[in-house]
Amino acid sequence: MSGNMNLTLKVWRQKNSSDKGRFETYKMQDISPDMSFLEMFDVLNEQLINTGEEPVVFDHDCREGICGMCSMYINGRPHGPKDAITTCQLHMRSFKDGDIIVVEPWRAAAFPVLKDLAVDRSAFDRIIAAGGFVSVNTGNAQDGNNLPISKVDADEAFASAACIGCGACVAACKNASAMLFVSAKVNQLSILPQGKPERMQRVRAMVAQMDKEGFGACTNTGACSAECPKEISLSNIAALNREFLMANLIDQEG
Amino acid sequence: MSINSNIPEGPLETKWTKYKSTIPLVNPSNKRNLEVLVIGSGLAGSSAAATLAEMGYKVKCFCFQDSPRRAHSIAAQGGINAAKNYQNDGDSVYRLFYDTIKGGDYRAREANVYRLAEISPNIIDQCVAQGVPFAREYGGMLSNRSFGGTQVQRTFYAAGQTGQQLLLGAYSALERQIGMGTVEMYSRHEMLELVMIDGKARGIIARNLITGKLERHFGHAVLMCTGGYGNVFYLSTNAMGSNVTAAWKVHKKGAYFGNPCFTQIHPTCIPVSGDHQSKLTLMSESLRNDGRIWVPKKAGDTRKASEIPEDERDYYLERRYPAFGNLVPRDVASRAAKERCDAGFGVGQSKMAVYLDFKFNMMRYGRVEATKQGIENPGDDQILALGKEVVKEKYGNLFDMYKQITGEDPYEVPMRIYPAVHYTMGGLWVDYNLMTNIPGLYALGEANFSDHGANRLGASALMQGLADGYFVIPYTIGAYLSKEISTKAISVDHPAFEEAENSVREKLGKFISIKGSKSVDHFHKKLGKIMWDKCGMARNEAGLKEAIEEIKALRTEFWQDVRVPGSIDELNPELEKAGRVADFIELGELMCMDALDRNESCGGHFREEFQTEEGEALRDDNAFSYVSAWQYGENNWTLHKEELKFENIKIAQRSYK
Ligand SMILES: Cc1cc2nc3c(=O)[nH]c(=O)nc-3n(C[C@H](O)[C@H](O)[C@H](O)COP(=O)(O)OP(=O)(O)OC[C@H]3O[C@@H](n4cnc5c(N)ncnc54)[C@H](O)[C@@H]3O)c2cc1C
Ligand code: SF4
Ligand code: FES
Repeated sequence: MSGNMNLTLKVWRQKNSSDKGRFETYKMQDISPDMSFLEMFDVLNEQLINTGEEPVVFDHDCREGICGMCSMYINGRPHGPKDAITTCQLHMRSFKDGDIIVVEPWRAAAFPVLKDLAVDRSAFDRIIAAGGFVSVNTGNAQDGNNLPISKVDADEAFASAACIGCGACVAACKNASAMLFVSAKVNQLSILPQGKPERMQRVRAMVAQMDKEGFGACTNTGACSAECPKEISLSNIAALNREFLMANLIDQEG
Repeated sequence: MSINSNIPEGPLETKWTKYKSTIPLVNPSNKRNLEVLVIGSGLAGSSAAATLAEMGYKVKCFCFQDSPRRAHSIAAQGGINAAKNYQNDGDSVYRLFYDTIKGGDYRAREANVYRLAEISPNIIDQCVAQGVPFAREYGGMLSNRSFGGTQVQRTFYAAGQTGQQLLLGAYSALERQIGMGTVEMYSRHEMLELVMIDGKARGIIARNLITGKLERHFGHAVLMCTGGYGNVFYLSTNAMGSNVTAAWKVHKKGAYFGNPCFTQIHPTCIPVSGDHQSKLTLMSESLRNDGRIWVPKKAGDTRKASEIPEDERDYYLERRYPAFGNLVPRDVASRAAKERCDAGFGVGQSKMAVYLDFKFNMMRYGRVEATKQGIENPGDDQILALGKEVVKEKYGNLFDMYKQITGEDPYEVPMRIYPAVHYTMGGLWVDYNLMTNIPGLYALGEANFSDHGANRLGASALMQGLADGYFVIPYTIGAYLSKEISTKAISVDHPAFEEAENSVREKLGKFISIKGSKSVDHFHKKLGKIMWDKCGMARNEAGLKEAIEEIKALRTEFWQDVRVPGSIDELNPELEKAGRVADFIELGELMCMDALDRNESCGGHFREEFQTEEGEALRDDNAFSYVSAWQYGENNWTLHKEELKFENIKIAQRSYK
């Protein structure tokens, strides 16, 4: 087909978490611009299998930008060259014939590489387990309309809740900070009346767990939000800082 | 084994309430000694695991993704139904019940569906309490929209990301229990075998997907919350990892498979663009609230959509079904699209697509906005711009998704859509308690066959998954576990565990040792093509018979010629896929057999031999008012029939005219 491309891929290969890892170069021919980036990797893997080599391991599932599983660091940017999308939503029409494309895993001490491009992001789950919830058992709820919530608050909570937990914010940050991820959850729940009773405990517990997991400090560079596929706003971080300050003040007062 | 649905006696309206209050309870100190294995962390699994742990049971939960939050439920877009009647438009528990039975083309159990409708309002309340940010009106109240097959507005939503928000709610409840140590979570683990001792489900063998190590886990009960099997068609709207393996393993251990051929083909998906395609993307049914479906009146018309004048467009759904128009149920809408394309009226390069056009409603919204904002004599462009904003607020993420994939801007040109495999109504057969015919083995969510008959209505799967997990299983499991309180945890050194683990290891080793010449995907694509062509939107006797032979041949070829690289002791996605495709091949054969057995058309099962003069599905209630429950046998399956009794609804030919 016309418009198809020939490309060079430099892909990070690492056998397991103790292997040192290295780049391998692969030539890709006749790639259709309608293909998604991950479909191009399917083609690469098919080639590797056919020639008796080991295919590249990468995480993915929904392939429509919502599960947060895909996680490739492409030409120096998490999820590649386009704003506000995930790796699986990136299409080859964003590249041109002859391009060299470098693909790496997320790099952060708190996200160890498991194999090739797949990393361990379970630290995020442990942060949620520390406090990213409303303590309400099944069966305790009152009627959903008993507590009106202004559309503005509902929309703002939704915007924060749209985080897919992909970890691109951490990969983008030179300090590998998880502040954007943590603040989005903290903010969602502290805007809503259901989340208010626990807000002080929540922010303290989640921040403590974040530190324990080895994520770096936030120095407000804003790289996280710029690379976030869901455009989670930096204002969440400001809100977290206020919550945290307030929680500590209350703590000191006893 | 006999088939008993264990539906409680008494009038429909009070069955569940009465039954619930008679189920034996398990006291808190005994609960702490009872272990439950929950396989799956989607809406069904997360809600069940969290709730059972809150009640005091010891729970282990498994999923194959790297986090429970990534289960396929996360991708659900449009919404969740509940009989709240907040819109005061005549909704009720009975109406939701009625719509669901009718939508399912009278092939679901009345008692189960009534219970689902009855529980539905509690689900919304529970989710709101967890902090799920549903869409709201300016007055602060919850907002609703319409979905297909209904004439009321009962669908709750969070933009086009309802599944995500509901799952994150259930996930947070689950993580809270994990944090408290009442649930042990096993992510990146895949269940590969059921362990049975003395005829009861007693545990599983799971593979740690990172290390490849096989693990043994004991449970007093095992809950299959493992989702649907639409990926048997290779191309579907399901996530890449969605599979039938867990369900298939228990089927091979004796659990009946219910209505395997009942597959839902969703009318509004982005059409296939080339051979490289790995999955299909849904454009939510909610779009049919504001999008009108049409094709040119002239066959083979090559003009651009914008060049085709109004009177040369055929709004075929509005024409054929004036009462429901663009909001007919999915099976009806899908077949109508196929009919138009097969007759040569399709659009786009492949001609296998129809238009979903928002212009009309953008103009309508635009005029309302102009009036609201007091703009006098607005021009058409201005109206359209205002209307676009309204549509953007409602469906922005879906429009962006469409643009990403096709490179076309749906605010400017109509979407091109075509039906795609989406959901499986069939699944593990369960009784009223959600227990399979294997004692102690349950199935919840899309993995069971229970509530949607031959066609599921939009926004009802999320409802069912959460109903099963939050509000049904926590009660019904008591009926079984109350009798298990004296069963001590069985050691995983028991020979049954040993044997199960060995058989799994042998099977995995076999995949690696074949060292054939074709990748797993090669076989998966071939299977998908057979299934789509011969067991898809339209089926007939000859085609199904051919399909069965072709699948058998494919199975032989697979076991001789598949190439699975790497080893079993490492992270090896090709090995995972090999296991799944091997099971899909077996399932495909059963689906065709089931479709062949059912000499009628109903819901998503359309047999070309059985249709009305107008091309609508023609049921045969006398002969086929039953659930097909298939029992596995080494060389063949045995069919058991569960008669469906309609005591509260009069069965009729379904009409949406
Ligand atoms: C694109 C899309 C949009 C949809 N939109 C809507 C909608 O708007 N409204 C609606 O009502 N429904 C919708 N549906 C349907 C609905 O999302 C699903 O039916 C429902 O979410 C299924 O939930 P579940 O909990 O049963 O399974 P899933 O969410 O599929 O979860 C399955 C779980 O099982 C685990 N699992 C599977 N096999 C194994 C194994 N062998 N070992 C260990 N773990 C395993 C997985 O890891 C996962 O955690 C949509 C479906 C799709 C595909
Ligand atoms: S904040 Fe954005 S980048 Fe970070 S995990 Fe969430 S969605 Fe991903
Ligand atoms: S694969 Fe789900 S977000 Fe990319």
